[in-house]
Amino acid sequence: MARPPFLTPREHAVVAAACDRLIPPEENSPGAAAAGAADYIDGLLGAFLVDPPRVWAGGPFSGRGGGEASFHRFLPLSPLEELAWRTRIEGSRGRPEREWNGPVVGLQERYREGLAALGDDFAGMAAEEQDRRLDGAGDFARLLYQHACEATYGAPEYGGNRDLAGWRAIDFPGDVLPRGWTDAEVRDP
Amino acid sequence: MPPVTPDADADAVVVGSGPGGATAADVLTAAGWDVVVLEKGPNRLLELEAPYALKGDLSNDEIKLWFRWFLGPDPLLEPRTYRRTEADGDHLLVGEVNNLPSGVGGGAIHADAKMPRFREDDFRPLSRWGPMEGAALADWPVGYDELEAYYAEAEVLVGVEGEVGANPYASWRSSPFPMPPGPDMYGAVVSAAAAERLGYHPYRAPTAINTVAYDGRPACTNCGFCGGYGCPIGAKGDPLGPLRRALGTGRCHLRPRSTVTEIVLDGTGRRARGVRYLDEAGVLHEVTARHVVLAGGAFETPRLLLRNGLANSSGLVGRNLTFHFQTFVAGGFPFRLHPHRGRVVTHLHDDLLVPTEADLSAARAAGLPWIRGGVVEHGAGPGPVMEALAYPPGPVHNQLMRESVARDRLWVFTMQGEDMPQPTNRVDLDPVVRDVHGLPAGRVTYQPHGHETFASAHWAPALESVLREAGATWTDVSTSPPPDPARAGPLGVAPVSRHVMGTCRMGVDPATSVVDPLGRFHDVENMVCADSSVFVTSTGYNPTLTIVALALRACRHLVGDPLPPTGPAGGLSPGAGPGSSRR
Ligand SMILES: Cc1cc2nc3c(=O)[nH]c(=O)nc-3n(C[C@H](O)[C@H](O)[C@H](O)COP(=O)(O)OP(=O)(O)OC[C@H]3O[C@@H](n4cnc5c(N)ncnc54)[C@H](O)[C@@H]3O)c2cc1C
Ligand code: SF4
Repeated sequence: MARPPFLTPREHAVVAAACDRLIPPEENSPGAAAAGAADYIDGLLGAFLVDPPRVWAGGPFSGRGGGEASFHRFLPLSPLEELAWRTRIEGSRGRPEREWNGPVVGLQERYREGLAALGDDFAGMAAEEQDRRLDGAGDFARLLYQHACEATYGAPEYGGNRDLAGWRAIDFPGDVLPRGWTDAEVRDP
Repeated sequence: MPPVTPDADADAVVVGSGPGGATAADVLTAAGWDVVVLEKGPNRLLELEAPYALKGDLSNDEIKLWFRWFLGPDPLLEPRTYRRTEADGDHLLVGEVNNLPSGVGGGAIHADAKMPRFREDDFRPLSRWGPMEGAALADWPVGYDELEAYYAEAEVLVGVEGEVGANPYASWRSSPFPMPPGPDMYGAVVSAAAAERLGYHPYRAPTAINTVAYDGRPACTNCGFCGGYGCPIGAKGDPLGPLRRALGTGRCHLRPRSTVTEIVLDGTGRRARGVRYLDEAGVLHEVTARHVVLAGGAFETPRLLLRNGLANSSGLVGRNLTFHFQTFVAGGFPFRLHPHRGRVVTHLHDDLLVPTEADLSAARAAGLPWIRGGVVEHGAGPGPVMEALAYPPGPVHNQLMRESVARDRLWVFTMQGEDMPQPTNRVDLDPVVRDVHGLPAGRVTYQPHGHETFASAHWAPALESVLREAGATWTDVSTSPPPDPARAGPLGVAPVSRHVMGTCRMGVDPATSVVDPLGRFHDVENMVCADSSVFVTSTGYNPTLTIVALALRACRHLVGDPLPPTGPAGGLSPGAGPGSSRR
């Protein structure tokens, strides 16, 4: 990915290992790590390390169902949209222009703290120990799971669902426009 | 307050560009008026220069549309709050509450666009069914017969596909649908056949989606990403068709990212001189106009009026807020239904809007004078990210995803239950929470009436029986809002129904209504409401075709060009009445 990373290599390894406990690799399923969950999360946390930021993929077509591929061209944000997404990702950090309803804890801080609590050594731990630590991680484990699901089963342009592994495992075709489906494909078993 | 920059001087300024506002712009510009449309959200829909091509920003991307507020409103920038009753304190929930999209096209670009008409009885609930304790029931000051011409025009202007005669409960109509129905989804083929076997009357849903090329837009290719997504190829007509037509006159000036903050009155205090709006940079502008049309939706319109302390001599602005009380009955099938192919919902049945004697006696036994349910949508479940979140993490996750019990083998009935108007259910201003402009957030106070909770519980088992008849091996019932907030599911505590109505109800008497029968505010002579705020009751039908029909009627009267009345005599297929009775 031609983008400076947000997560340190060690944090990246912890995210990957933790996501793999939530969506584990199996014979017919890639697992979240192989699907690129850590890259997906890094892409979100570091969305503003590139311009346009990696918040909204472009449109109208992915190119996987015909037409010209355009999801990879991320959309620019307006000033207010940038304010919202910087606040969401970076937190309000005491800046008055981000605190119209009080302080906001950003995703970056939640990850930094959550990963620290899982432990630097998390990736090297046995599965039982990893599960024990995740069980104790509360809201952060729920956040990780949400992001692991988005990464594994969302559009690959965000850095997850690598080689469409997430969709292939569940036989989901993803975006099929502009080709779409024929009447018979819609109606028949 | 920042200094005010003069902007346009127009015949009319329209606040909001959803179905109501777009229809107003279409009618008024066609009559030669110069119209400014102010839309607080961004423009993801169409270029504002001829030939008004699609912008190409919409896409079938579950992350962008369902997890990153691409069609807004962003709950950080524009939080809303919710509580059930005053006993909950200032609010129970802050952030995402009933987020009907905000942007050019309003909520409709995101909708899956079922566009049923209401029926004759829906406009006269009080005289047809009688009073209900605790509910501010009233008949509408307009009836089906009068509205029919506008329904017919609405179906042509937005482009509605459908099948005359398919729904035995339908009221008479003066003209056929402008387009034939599209392909049935496989899941609906299965569920509709089962419903018929049990005596119900499913029919192909009238939908504002092109099934053939229509109005310069292509036919739908059944991509499966429909409800909750904008159409990347422009096959949904509402309100793309009306907006393009209005812009094409050269007399419609559409300004996205323009938040109306104030309605400015003239010296008489009874007429609006125009509105003020903030652009994204925080510059305050003023548009003067002969007429003001409010179409911000039934949540934002009362919020704007309450902030301005306007048009509220009745005290009813924001009150009698209704949603539909949604009952979701899911069925799990032993075979795959490929719900990702097609338009998400292709069939409806109306039987539960017409209670049988058995339904009525059950209601009376429960202390209610009567009950009505709502239209039942036969439809697909969620996309795969949503599905994944419904399963627990860990060892069971992969197998559940592969078996896809909650997506590929799921079929869902949604009953849009009629919701009683209650004065205590309302939109008002949150005392603490602010939007990014520093304006008080809108707050919903809402609790269902015993009518809808009883109706939901009464009919859910019947819907489960249909799904079992169709082959489901398990069924599950949930509602929004949930009966017990402590046990709220993934849909949360607040109502998720995107059908929001009633907050500026129409009527003849200024003491008991906010707008008159033509949508004109009793207190502000040259101001009209063109959104679902004016609904007197929620009925049990998807509201948007009626929003468009009422906006057409209000604006055609404004320009002095009402439609001639149609009549049932020469009409097509008056509802033949259901043939068989259901078990
Ligand atoms: C996923 C989904 C599915 C749906 N499916 C259906 C369906 O099948 N059938 C159906 O009938 N309905 C459906 N709906 C509901 C439908 O979208 C609404 O009924 C309809 O959009 C309401 O139209 P409206 O013009 O009243 O308001 P809206 O569409 O809400 O438009 C109001 C517009 O005004 C703007 N606005 C508000 N305040 C201001 C202000 N102060 N200044 C400037 N602009 C302002 C808003 O940003 C918004 O764009 C669905 C909705 C969703 C989200
Ligand atoms: S199903 Fe049809 S109308 Fe809906 S988004 Fe896809 S192509 Fe557009």
